[in-house]
Amino acid sequence: MTAVVAERDEPTGALVRPYAVTRGRTRPRLDIALEALVETTARGRNAFARDSVGQGREQQYIASLCDGRLQSLAEIAARMQLPLGVARVLIADMATEGLVAVYEPTSFDSNDSVGTELLERVLSGLRRL
Amino acid sequence: MAHRPTAGRVTSAKIVIAGGFGVGKTTLVGSVSEITPLTTEAIMTSAGEGVGDTRQVPGKVTTTVAMDFGRISIDRDLILYLFGTPGQTRFWFMWDELVRGAIGAVVMVDTRRLADCFAAIDFFEHRRLPYLVAINCFDGMQYHSAQDVRDALAVSPDVPVVSCDARSRESTKQVLISLVEYVLTMRRQRAGAPA
Repeated sequence: MTAVVAERDEPTGALVRPYAVTRGRTRPRLDIALEALVETTARGRNAFARDSVGQGREQQYIASLCDGRLQSLAEIAARMQLPLGVARVLIADMATEGLVAVYEPTSFDSNDSVGTELLERVLSGLRRL
Repeated sequence: MAHRPTAGRVTSAKIVIAGGFGVGKTTLVGSVSEITPLTTEAIMTSAGEGVGDTRQVPGKVTTTVAMDFGRISIDRDLILYLFGTPGQTRFWFMWDELVRGAIGAVVMVDTRRLADCFAAIDFFEHRRLPYLVAINCFDGMQYHSAQDVRDALAVSPDVPVVSCDARSRESTKQVLISLVEYVLTMRRQRAGAPA
């Protein structure tokens, strides 16, 4: 599933009806940032384990991808080879149904102490690499 | 969200990696990422709007914008993402989303094609996103000094200008550390200003 990466200058061609898996909906029920983290909830795990719910294959894939692993919206879209907007609609639906938890990123746009503390953690984390 | 299966506050952060085509953005991301860089795509219509209204504009062109990114787990509950900007700077709609809430940006520079990074610098200055300039030394060669580059780009004196080898994990790590240190210094200066 991992796409081969090359720096490209040109659009990568046509996508066939990308929003078919969302039944044509393009507006997500929640706004989810690119780097927002997604994790499958116990409810989500159970729902797909029972296999009795009418969830789509894509939702099932997302639930297994994020089971016990934090994955960002960008990662999920890339691994599923879905456009960002499509993955966003699917994940927002799942979050509304309690099948996944969505953890918002920390915004560094304002100069608050939460951001400063987190930056210090990022800095020491980078130094440990 | 109502569900919190992991203890503590789980969150993420991002750094934007910008620069001209072929300057080494994906190489830099890959040298320090814990995953092989992934590519994510966003769809844009020729009108630059959502794709929900295709019936109104028959035959309009749909293009995709690709962004490469990598991931660094700082802690179990804190993930840092590095997002490369799309190769074509005309896709500004994606840049808006990329910079929103970001820690800051690394502007990569190839001294043989300095002008390639002008658009990125203009954009970050306009958005007041902190950035540093990283001169990518291809083949270990640096053709111009940091001071020459600073003068040529006319960036403000407080903006760090550093040299790096995007292929080297240690070198990339130092670039990211320099950026975060710079952002922290600026925040402390602003917070510490007399009331």
